[in-house]
Amino acid sequence: MKPAAFVRHVPKTLDEALKVLSDVAPDDGRILAGGQSLVPIMAFRLAKPAHLVDINEVEGLQHIASDGTMLSIGARVRHAAFHKPVVDGPLGALLAYVARHIAHYPIRMRGTFCGSLAHADPSSEWCLVSATLGATMVVKSTRGERLIAAADFFEGIMSTVLAEDELLAEVKLPLLSADTKFGFYEFSRRAGDFAMASALVTYRLEGGQIVDARVGVGGAEPSPRRIAEAEAALNGQAPGEDIFRATAEAAAAAVEPLEDHQTTGEYRRDLVRAVVHRALENSV
Amino acid sequence: MPAPTKQTYVGQSLPRLEDRPLLTGQGRFAADISFPGQWTMRVVRSGVAHGRILSIDTRAALALPGVHAVWTGADVAHIPPIPFRLTGLKALEPYRQPVLARDIVRYVGEPVAVVFAQDQYVAEDAADLIDITIEPLPAQVRAIDAPGVYADDLSTEPSVIRKSFGDIEAAFRDAHAVVALELSVGRHSGVPMETRGAIGRYDEVRDILEMHGAAKVPHWNRDTIAQMLGRDRNSVQFFEGHVGGGFGIRGEIYPEDVLVCAAALKFRRPVKWIEDRREHLIAANHSRDQTHRIRAAIDAEGRILGIDNEFFHDNGAYMRTHAATVPDLAAAMLPGPYRVPAYRVAGHIRLTNKTPAGTYRAPGRYESTFVRERLLDAIAAKVGVDTVEIRRRNLIAKGAMPYTLGLETLGTHIVYDSGDYALLLDKTLAAAGWDDLQTQLQNRRAKGELVGAAVAMFVEKSGLGPFDTVRVEVTPDGIDVITGVASIGQGIETVIAQICADALGVRYDTIRVIHGQTDRIDRGMGAFASRVTVMCGEATRMAAGKLRDKALRHAAQLMQTGAEKLDIVDGEVVRIGGGPSMPLFELARALPDGLSAEDTFESTHMVYPYGVHVAAVKVDPATGAVAIERYVIGYDIGKAVNPRLVEGQIAGGLAQGVGGALLEEFLYDEAGEPLSVTFADYLMPTAREVPASTILITEDAPSPLNALGLKGAGEGGANPAGAALAAAIDDALQRPGAVTRLPVTPMRLKAMTSG
Ligand SMILES: Cc1cc2nc3c(=O)[nH]c(=O)nc-3n(C[C@H](O)[C@H](O)[C@H](O)COP(=O)(O)OP(=O)(O)OC[C@H]3O[C@@H](n4cnc5c(N)ncnc54)[C@H](O)[C@@H]3O)c2cc1C
Repeated sequence: MKPAAFVRHVPKTLDEALKVLSDVAPDDGRILAGGQSLVPIMAFRLAKPAHLVDINEVEGLQHIASDGTMLSIGARVRHAAFHKPVVDGPLGALLAYVARHIAHYPIRMRGTFCGSLAHADPSSEWCLVSATLGATMVVKSTRGERLIAAADFFEGIMSTVLAEDELLAEVKLPLLSADTKFGFYEFSRRAGDFAMASALVTYRLEGGQIVDARVGVGGAEPSPRRIAEAEAALNGQAPGEDIFRATAEAAAAAVEPLEDHQTTGEYRRDLVRAVVHRALENSV
Repeated sequence: MPAPTKQTYVGQSLPRLEDRPLLTGQGRFAADISFPGQWTMRVVRSGVAHGRILSIDTRAALALPGVHAVWTGADVAHIPPIPFRLTGLKALEPYRQPVLARDIVRYVGEPVAVVFAQDQYVAEDAADLIDITIEPLPAQVRAIDAPGVYADDLSTEPSVIRKSFGDIEAAFRDAHAVVALELSVGRHSGVPMETRGAIGRYDEVRDILEMHGAAKVPHWNRDTIAQMLGRDRNSVQFFEGHVGGGFGIRGEIYPEDVLVCAAALKFRRPVKWIEDRREHLIAANHSRDQTHRIRAAIDAEGRILGIDNEFFHDNGAYMRTHAATVPDLAAAMLPGPYRVPAYRVAGHIRLTNKTPAGTYRAPGRYESTFVRERLLDAIAAKVGVDTVEIRRRNLIAKGAMPYTLGLETLGTHIVYDSGDYALLLDKTLAAAGWDDLQTQLQNRRAKGELVGAAVAMFVEKSGLGPFDTVRVEVTPDGIDVITGVASIGQGIETVIAQICADALGVRYDTIRVIHGQTDRIDRGMGAFASRVTVMCGEATRMAAGKLRDKALRHAAQLMQTGAEKLDIVDGEVVRIGGGPSMPLFELARALPDGLSAEDTFESTHMVYPYGVHVAAVKVDPATGAVAIERYVIGYDIGKAVNPRLVEGQIAGGLAQGVGGALLEEFLYDEAGEPLSVTFADYLMPTAREVPASTILITEDAPSPLNALGLKGAGEGGANPAGAALAAAIDDALQRPGAVTRLPVTPMRLKAMTSG
């Protein structure tokens, strides 16, 4: 459980970080953020990066800032920063509610929001939030900057479109209007474990009817995503038990569930039904 | 001056004497021990479940700077396989584990080579460079499959444990009905916070081979390793430091212990090995993996006429130190607290290509209690009576004690020494508020909730002999109690001090209990089978009593009075009724040989505590999750020396019982590849999954086999937890017999609720 030898680089500025990253990326260089996923993988020697670009001292990546329409979260912002609402309104409350489901307290003190997105675990709560709310990834390298929509960012289990010399410098989440309702639910076998399935729903009510419904499902497929069939089932309806059941059913039918040695696809589908239903129940 | 009143220590929940170093970060666990110039050992393990070793290329590893040596099987060919400590049937001997694989590998994780290097980093780099070519052979992964070939003329079923009493044929012939079940307990094990570790060191000046990081049975291990390495036993000494959990699996002799000792001798360098967690989960003993096919013959009222049981014990790839212990205990302890007029068991010991198995807290009983209590529940369903009532009808009566079961295990005849099982059932149900609970559950079920409750009963065994020796010495700083038992963190320094304090007449916090050091006492049995408080406790009481008599005799001379006019209070020899006194240490100083006494307690019979667990659960039909809403444990241990420590034993055991019932499972694929090799896959219960429990310790049936009435308390928290939770889940589903397999994972439970 000792990692293979590596060189650790500790850049202080963003430019410096991008420069080192572009230098070492071809030579199996990797970014080290909170280390809560990377370090265990290195300890098991499942990854043996020759270089680590430690971004924990890079200036200008610590911000959580709102410009009135978007909330920007820098690459050094830790999960624990969201324990209390970071912004007024439903988004702050949503992030605070979800954050408590990530891992355990010590891990939340180190792990970063952007690190979770880059790591792209299918069960990551932040990946689910980003996919459901339509986050924008701000990606930088010595080659320049590009903006990537969440829907285009995740490529599969622990895989994203990030090139090896690219840093996810910040993520932007759209603020939610004051009348947005949200609900979240996840199922894991123990408190703090990666969820076996999770769901996040948001919507507004106009004249008693659901509009702008978003239904995101995590942990069930290679990447979290919005489920159009479930959103269609919700939009235009009044919230209530029957419609929640129908929406959960639609989500369960729509997913192509992951299977592993502990979990059949059929059971995962059952969990999707359960978590979507409960997220909806929690939304009212 | 009136004589001070004497304080009694036994029976009080006094603070633990061993806690200060542990709580202030001064503990000395195996990894804390280092010697100058030491080498690190890294084990290279088989990645194949079953195969023939074609070649091992160590050249690249040896060429790495910082690598001192590499050993493969050929380098240790002179070391015999690891012998049996308990229940060592002759038929099992060909299945013992070599310290490094020779020709054949039999499980993923089997040691194939070892690297000795300057530090752990280099050692792991070198281990990665060792190129092992293995030709895969078919893997046997299920013990219930037909036995296969182990080697040449050896079957994968070396032996079948057979025990019986009564006329089983007649019981089934005359039966009103027969209840038959197939039940399995999943493969899980003790997972101590501290992984294993061993440091071998050779002291050339004194010609002493030392092993640090010893645990559980230091004397037996010392003797055995001395024998394996061809040394005189007194030239090998074992030293126990702090031990971060034992649970049966820690402290047995494993290949790594032998290797550090052999290497220290060979290279004349201290050699340190600390197991990592991934290694632990594939290399340390697994346990519990059994499938039972059981039948009961019953009369019209549900009284048991006979039990016929056949089971398959998956022992993994080798027979380690415990040999047939676990299946033997499962076979012998199955009847439990019930009157069983006729019994027959056939326990098939089967080898598979999985990690070898050994004992784990309540070995054989977690399994057999699950099976027996499931059987009782099935009998209740068959005759249509309540599950509590069916137990009452079958319990062994108080008047039948001592009760000779007619079976043997661990070299002893099973005789339940004392017990009032029905009384404890009543008390535990009352503590659980059973009748109110039933009403509440009914109301909630009427509203659609899946809630239920159940009881499980069991008899434990404890206090295994054959002996323990204790020496008590008066020193200038207090009293030393020197024993050959070991501490696995269970509180023996406190409990033994409490017993000594009362017997001698000193304060318990002036007593130092010295354990686990083979150079301090010539023999000792160690810590297992809930034996320490019973065996060492009684030996301590005897030795302390002897010391007291001796002290009073000598003091009487010096103080010019009769010994019967003296007493020892708070470490002072005092005159009854008042007058001048004399501290014990001054008395000791005044005597040419000082003041000490030694005594040995021998016992050929175990003592049998018994208990009741009550569990109430709620099942989530959407996910299959189980929430434990209430948990009550009644346990009669004859005499609780320190009730708070007993509660700790029970609560900790319950956590492990819950783990085995709901979470923990070593899974393998068809090729024998282990799938539970990290804490992300092998799910230990955390504080959130372990329920708060109510623990009722009773002392209604003191053991007649020792003066204080002691019985051991280590295993009753774990023993019936699987049984109780399974039955509570059945009740929540309102489907008797639904649970046939542990652990009850959410996925399995969801399949039951949908099916
Ligand atoms: C026991 C345990 C339980 C956990 N449970 C959960 C859970 O329930 N939910 C959950 O979401 N997570 C969980 N985690 C993971 C944790 O949240 C991690 O913090 C997170 O996945 C990664 O963030 P990090 O900052 O630690 O990234 P690191 O571990 O430092 O890096 C992870 C990967 O992302 C890359 N990377 C990091 N930052 C960037 C960046 N800014 N740009 C480009 N690449 C980058 C790294 O190179 C590396 O490949 C758990 C972890 C543990 C150990």
